[in-house]
Amino acid sequence: MYIVIVGGGQLGRHLAKALIAEGHEILIVEKDKDHCRTIANSIGSVFVNGDGCETAVLANAGVNRADMFISVAAYDEDNLIACQVAKYRFNVPHTICRVRNPKNEEIFKKLGIDTVVCSTKIILQYIEEQVPSNSLSHLTTFKDSVSELVSIRILEDSPTIGHTIRDIKMPEGSELMLLIRGCERPIKPQENTEIASGDQFIVVGLVENADKVRFALTGLF
Amino acid sequence: MKIVIMGCGRVGARLATMLDSEGHEVSILDKYTTSFARLPENFKGQALLGNGLDEEDLRKAGIEEANAFVAVTQADNSNIMAGQIAREIFGVKKVLCRIYDPLRRDVYAMLGLEAISPTSVVANLFKESLESEF
Repeated sequence: MYIVIVGGGQLGRHLAKALIAEGHEILIVEKDKDHCRTIANSIGSVFVNGDGCETAVLANAGVNRADMFISVAAYDEDNLIACQVAKYRFNVPHTICRVRNPKNEEIFKKLGIDTVVCSTKIILQYIEEQVPSNSLSHLTTFKDSVSELVSIRILEDSPTIGHTIRDIKMPEGSELMLLIRGCERPIKPQENTEIASGDQFIVVGLVENADKVRFALTGLF
Repeated sequence: MKIVIMGCGRVGARLATMLDSEGHEVSILDKYTTSFARLPENFKGQALLGNGLDEEDLRKAGIEEANAFVAVTQADNSNIMAGQIAREIFGVKKVLCRIYDPLRRDVYAMLGLEAISPTSVVANLFKESLESEF
């Protein structure tokens, strides 16, 4: 695939290296001359120096034949404009935009960006999951953006310990997929499976119901 | 008419002053309070410290009841993004943006965003004036 990346900072460079290793053709569009020098020294001549929001620069970069366009520059608004120009002016089939401000995630999706990745949200979630009292982890959101895969850990003070799955009333649209217990092979939870401290349940459910799923399984908010 | 203006630079402040003196209800947003020094003392509109790219700040400026939104900050991309938020998220009927880069202006004009490029406008005015002389 031919993939154009806007922004040759840390993220852009590491992304380019990883995609090159996978065999893709990569071009980085970078405004800053110093950053371009860093790219030249660390990866090679896989860049053009210019503003990734400018039509002329993108035309020169051959964006019209790109299969994918990824914008990871410093400012959210610059990433939005670069992706929109790629999508609407050059008809790139798949645009991916990095945002820092979580508020912009939904807005950018509404404004036509195919995939919006919020780095702040991902870091926040990862740190939150490291807090021992946290029982809910978001594993992945499905393409429909409505359902997701979550992991629920049963903490030692959970009132549901000793109850069977039959007693648990899961919220609508959610299903228990797997139970991971200690080092055993994960199993599909059965009606008569008893909940124990330390259990980890993998659940498919609606994004908006994540907290209800947690409450149903752990009895804790 | 209720108008929200983003960016209290020379153009934003001047536009706000003119509309205000004609009796329109004007809200003007800027990231720096010092920018509001450009407004006259008798300005009756609302001058609000805030970011026009933030939905909350736009709501505080009354975007939900606004008949028009004008984005005139120094940054093209901020103006474009704010203009799209006003139009697509808040459904403001009349949205106007300043985009210095004429090529970028053309791309967004194609997408239906009404934008003025001072670069093209001023260049054309100079050209006309020169041509009328010679």
